[in-house]
Amino acid sequence: MNLFTYTRATTPAAASDAVASDAHAAFLAGGTTLVDLMKLDVQTPSTLVDINRLPMNQIIVTAEGVTIEANVRNSDLAHNPDIQKRFPVLSQALLSGASPQLRNMATVGGNLMQRTRCYYFRDTHSRCNKRDPGSGCDALEGYNRIHAVLGTSDQCIATHPSDMCVALAALDATIVTNRRKIPFGEFYVAYGEDPAKENVLEHGELITAVTLPNTPWFAKSAYTKVRDRASYEFALASAAVALEIDGGAIKSARIALGGVATKPWRAVEAEKTLVGQKASEDAYVNAADAAMKDAKPQKHNAFKIELAKETIVRTLAHVAQLA
Amino acid sequence: MQNETRASCDACVIDDPTRRQFLQGVVITGVGLSVGSTLLEGETFAAPLPPAATQPFRPVTLNINGVDKTVQLETRVTLLDALREYAGLFGTKKGCDHGQCGACTVLIDGRRVNSCLTLALAAEGSKIETIEGLANGDELHPMQAAFIKHDAFQCGYCTPGQICSAVGLIAEGHAKTTDDIREQMSGNICRCGAYPNIVAAVAEAAGIKAEG
Repeated sequence: MNLFTYTRATTPAAASDAVASDAHAAFLAGGTTLVDLMKLDVQTPSTLVDINRLPMNQIIVTAEGVTIEANVRNSDLAHNPDIQKRFPVLSQALLSGASPQLRNMATVGGNLMQRTRCYYFRDTHSRCNKRDPGSGCDALEGYNRIHAVLGTSDQCIATHPSDMCVALAALDATIVTNRRKIPFGEFYVAYGEDPAKENVLEHGELITAVTLPNTPWFAKSAYTKVRDRASYEFALASAAVALEIDGGAIKSARIALGGVATKPWRAVEAEKTLVGQKASEDAYVNAADAAMKDAKPQKHNAFKIELAKETIVRTLAHVAQLA
Repeated sequence: MQNETRASCDACVIDDPTRRQFLQGVVITGVGLSVGSTLLEGETFAAPLPPAATQPFRPVTLNINGVDKTVQLETRVTLLDALREYAGLFGTKKGCDHGQCGACTVLIDGRRVNSCLTLALAAEGSKIETIEGLANGDELHPMQAAFIKHDAFQCGYCTPGQICSAVGLIAEGHAKTTDDIREQMSGNICRCGAYPNIVAAVAEAAGIKAEG
């Protein structure tokens, strides 16, 4: 780990200015991604601006919706009774991720900003276009079992690892920064030619909150995570699903996928196939096929396409029969 | 980072001598005597700190087990290394140093966290509790007693982290069954495989009925 200057911000504006004015500065929240990657010399900021003590750690529930401030710890968000009641998929997603210790440390803002677990990204002796633009991608010809089948490019196939983000993608979330409001679907960018750029934030722009709309049928939602171990493991495939069902017919649907894509993946085409359909296994299988239609397998992860389909079907069936 | 600990150890200053430093001192003295050295018994390998103006150390005050301890640290020192290499508290263990094993688990402001991914500077101003702080003099913490009663450790390396994590689990109050315990202790791994006994120990301490 390189030496760095450590300062504590006293206001969000001061924190933002401190990072914006220094191209090599970074925000420090829970540190569960940043300190990990600094130990590997993957990230090497020369200044850390500690934002942990900024006054933005509340969950505010109003008739219009819910505001989750950026420093809310993952564990506090997951166990909040209002969140569990209104957006169970979000609570389930958070509790399926990481370990209790990490969930106590990690913040909502930090979870949005976490980096891929790709082995080649995390190893400075490997070629990685995300870490070192233009150097190549060793995952393409390497061991790519955990890598993405959706949203990939010939520059990068790294999976986005967050569970929380998959739930937020399904819930029409908005990301609030100190400069603007960004709809969740517009926050992450497709890899294209420059996989180093993962989101639309400007350097120094500080996430201050995530807002969720007060959509009543989001209470009929769930998260399914499929992985090698029963706990404390990233997803091979996961699905966040919410359904509005009226008289046995699907009125509205939300499907988002994790473990299979380069960013939290909203399966918009799959959602469209469900609207107006009878809530049935056939409809779910149809939706799953639509979701994975453009999936591109790598040498070691072709199984994810079928796995993701089964995960979608199972989650749809489960949510459909929820009260 | 592999050389990090050794470099920081060269510059560390440990207040109260422990068995570890005494043995180090005896080894030095033994060697020293045979080559005419003038090292005193109990003295460590620690090199003197460079002058403050020419190097990036700064004083950091950590509140550990109710006691304020000021140590000279680089900014990059993790809380885990600060505890083990600078504050003379070796109970907390380094297993993976990347937040993947839980051996480094301590309690900060009552919440269980991985000290290997916490910068010491970030913990300044918080209440830090380590395995050393759980007992009340000679009176074991109920979790420690439960671990002994249920034979919940073999080599003991993961154990301080398991115990601190379990204390945090009970404070969180979300475990109602032994399945809950298994899930909520999943951040602490044990190569010896003491898991069934760990679950039994935590269940007893939590007042949860263990399975047969």
